[in-house]
Amino acid sequence: MELIDQHTKKIMEGCKERARKAGLRFQDESLEYIVTNRDLLELTPKLMIPTLYDYWVHDVEVLKEKGRYELYPSNPYETVINTRPAISFYNDNNPDWMNVMIFYHVLAHIDFFQNNLYFRHTWDYDFTGQALSDKRMIAKLRSEKGRWVDYVVEFARGIDNLVGYHEELSRQNRRPKTSRSKMLDYYFDVFLQSEKKVKIHEYIKEIERYNQCINESKELGEKSFFAEIFKKYPEFDAIFKKSLEKKSEQKLDLIQFVLEHSEFLKKEKNSWMKPIIEVVRKTSLFFQPQIRTKIMNEGWASYWHERLFLQDDRIQGHEVDFARTHSGVTSMPRVGLNPYALGMRLLYYIEDLSDKGKYSIEFRKLLDAKKREDFDANTGQGNDFIFKIRENSNDFMFINTFVDQDFVNRYKLFVVGRRLNQAKRVLEYYVKSRKAEDYRRMLLDGLYHPPYITIEQNKSNNGSLYLMHHFEDKPLVKEFISNTMLGIEYLWGAPVQLETSEVKQIEASKPQLTIPGLTTPIKEEKKEKQIKWQRVRYKMKDRKLSKEIIASEDR
Amino acid sequence: MNPKLKELYNKIKKNGLPPEQEQKILLELHDDATHDFADEPSDALQIADEAFRPTSQNIYAYNDLFDLQAISALQSSHNTSLRSIDELLERDKQREKDGFPRKINVGRLIKPGRGGKDKVVVVPSTVEEKFIHDTSLQAEEEQPYGGSGDGEEGEVIGEQPVRSPDVQGGTGPGQGEGGPHEMESNAYDLGKILTEKFELPNLKDKGKKRSLTRYTYDLTDKHRGFGQLLDKKATLRKIVETNMNLGNLTDISDIDLTRFLVSPKDLVYRILSREKDYESQAMVFFVRDYSGSMAGKSTVLVVAQHVLIYSWLLYQYAMQVETRFILHDTEATEVPDFYTYYNSKVAGGTQVSSAYRLVNEIVEKENLVRDYNIYIFHGTDGDDWDTDGKESIPQLKQMLTYANRVGITIAEHAHDKTNNSEVEKYLKKSGLLEEKKDLLRMDVMQEDADEPRLIEGIKHLISEKET
Repeated sequence: MELIDQHTKKIMEGCKERARKAGLRFQDESLEYIVTNRDLLELTPKLMIPTLYDYWVHDVEVLKEKGRYELYPSNPYETVINTRPAISFYNDNNPDWMNVMIFYHVLAHIDFFQNNLYFRHTWDYDFTGQALSDKRMIAKLRSEKGRWVDYVVEFARGIDNLVGYHEELSRQNRRPKTSRSKMLDYYFDVFLQSEKKVKIHEYIKEIERYNQCINESKELGEKSFFAEIFKKYPEFDAIFKKSLEKKSEQKLDLIQFVLEHSEFLKKEKNSWMKPIIEVVRKTSLFFQPQIRTKIMNEGWASYWHERLFLQDDRIQGHEVDFARTHSGVTSMPRVGLNPYALGMRLLYYIEDLSDKGKYSIEFRKLLDAKKREDFDANTGQGNDFIFKIRENSNDFMFINTFVDQDFVNRYKLFVVGRRLNQAKRVLEYYVKSRKAEDYRRMLLDGLYHPPYITIEQNKSNNGSLYLMHHFEDKPLVKEFISNTMLGIEYLWGAPVQLETSEVKQIEASKPQLTIPGLTTPIKEEKKEKQIKWQRVRYKMKDRKLSKEIIASEDR
Repeated sequence: MNPKLKELYNKIKKNGLPPEQEQKILLELHDDATHDFADEPSDALQIADEAFRPTSQNIYAYNDLFDLQAISALQSSHNTSLRSIDELLERDKQREKDGFPRKINVGRLIKPGRGGKDKVVVVPSTVEEKFIHDTSLQAEEEQPYGGSGDGEEGEVIGEQPVRSPDVQGGTGPGQGEGGPHEMESNAYDLGKILTEKFELPNLKDKGKKRSLTRYTYDLTDKHRGFGQLLDKKATLRKIVETNMNLGNLTDISDIDLTRFLVSPKDLVYRILSREKDYESQAMVFFVRDYSGSMAGKSTVLVVAQHVLIYSWLLYQYAMQVETRFILHDTEATEVPDFYTYYNSKVAGGTQVSSAYRLVNEIVEKENLVRDYNIYIFHGTDGDDWDTDGKESIPQLKQMLTYANRVGITIAEHAHDKTNNSEVEKYLKKSGLLEEKKDLLRMDVMQEDADEPRLIEGIKHLISEKET
């Protein structure tokens, strides 16, 4: 890989200057490389991170059809990676005007990486540097332990989509501890409300009593306040201590829990596995925000490359070239979803509404359609508003909050349905719904969403690990269960159980044999599939999987 | 309706038919499909498609490299994948020894368009298993798409032709796409992998060696006067002989070499010569049911399995495999190549006996028994108008007199999970599976079987001992 030449780098620096003026914020340094096809061959399996650890699966064609994005939270063909400095990759024969456009796109991505709070945990270190030392560590271990290193990598990767990404974020963004004690917080926030379920006036009375104690005895006030509570609720102390334990364990994700509590990994001879598992977890955490901000991130980059390119005085005369390329990237497909197009339009839409002051109570109170249409408070705050969104939102919030009927109408969006036309032997695509609600649901259903699986400590016995899949009307991929659990069992060193739901039966209309000549072709009848679920428990013990049904639902 | 078929139907009906069976037959009888090749998308069609091209990509399939910079999303070529396949297989074997299941899949078949481009390529592939949501429960049609533009709710905005209700446009056998096969070398690789990886049995040398039209060249022949290599011992012997005749060598205890004469004709040379090569060779009959009921997955499965078997035999017989392809509905026909075999569309009714009869005829007429190890693999969905095998069984019995192995694959339809297709029933009833278990094997699978199941099936069909 070669760095771009000085001429091109100068263009990039010019872009940076203009982007900063427009309000984008990013670190000064960035690295731009020219990549050849050969480079890409090596880079793409490593998700464009040149220093990612080696793993044999990277060298094999990986079957991608099934749940590609569910399996990997990262895009192997990213042009810019979230490192310090940010690294981006280019074709070596891009004309200058095109580089200008791409540079703006890239700069907006960098701005997004470095300002969106969902990337908070990636801000304080350079991932490529970290990855390089991890890669060396793994290589060294591989030279000692051989293939067992790869087994550990494999098994850890098997559960790396269950990392506690949001927990990690919440740790990062937690407010500094208040001076009040935990016990006090617990008493008022949890104990009185959830445990005792006291009435509001009693609750207020307790607050008053507390204030009184503080006023009377100053430093000793809290003690005297609690003295009475211990008398009144003798169980309080025990419950509080239990809650502390529970809380600290709840925060661990599956990988952390295994690292912390596995008897197998605690053994001296197995302790070398821990850093490897740690690396896998860290790598997964690093990529998590990327897939959760795809629409926003691409929309943001497209918005800015359009806006900044058109203002750039250096590229005059290439407007038509730009228009052609740009519309290719950001046009709304007749059928299909394009994150560039959708994200960009939504940002323009939000900016427009905000400029007119339509995100206000005043506007919401308006019922008259004409008045709503004409409403314009001329706030001029649209630009600030989208910057706020870029800082605080992810795809889910972005879509859930801002895709409304006006947006759907303005861009003539709809949900597409497909059906088979037996007579014509064609698949028909039709406009299924133009309701914002349906469109939003369709978008949200397509977003990345790993299964929610927790560790049930009260159900784990004899050293076994009990995993609970909180069912959201989507079963797990059955074929993958066995090997995933096998890996967990290996790392855990004892049997592993998984409680999940799966299909008991599907009641569909039986395929009816049509007998032409005897009857007219049977019309396709739309029958909702009735799915009956059953709760099952898988058990992996000594590398053998068994399953039992624990509850079944009959509708 | 074909009058011949009608006649057949009436005949069968006279003999009594269970209503279910009658329905199946009627269905095939009234199917107006034909056996021509699946049509390639013509240019005209493509232009029509231009206006309407649904992208099935989800939002995560977009990426900057490709969409912005048009750098093609490179995949490692299959050749580079192949290079390391030995290593991968070695690793996979080691996995098993370490007590973990194998992870490498092979035998993905790729079949691009016509015109010499078609290949069966071996691609090692694997999948990283995790707990992920299964979205396949949503039927294809229900999967929501996004769209934009004009159109009332409920209005049809585009159409995509489907060739068959069961199969999405043109990816499977019998449904188009494919080309004359240039698959030999790669199929050989596949056979090697199958043998090693899945421990498919190596064939025993049956001692039945037949000459081939292939020759090897070796310095085995002797020639006087000229040649490639002087055979010194033979030459010396000749010289001695000549000189004894000339009387130059009278006393064995007193040899005077100076009196010896060396005639040019005494020089004996080794000369390069053509040798017939003796090797066992195989003739494989692939027989496929292409009746109407085979539409969809059954056909895909059967053909996929036949490709794998073909590859395995190719490896076992060091390329010395000759293949014959036979398709049948109510009548059997031999087709010249794998392409036709693979791509012919389904239609018509089903009579298994017709195919068996044709195989027997070919074997007899060409006297193949003398020269070949004969294998017959038959793939069907198990439907047969000849419900109790009155005609098929005798033909099958005759086949078993000469064949090294007859393997019958039944890809059962998902909707009648009875384990009771006609072919299966009458095969079981005939007792041949027990009686001739060295020669006859049957493999019944569901039409949604996956690759490992296919390989398992092959093992069963070709193994020496019954598994």
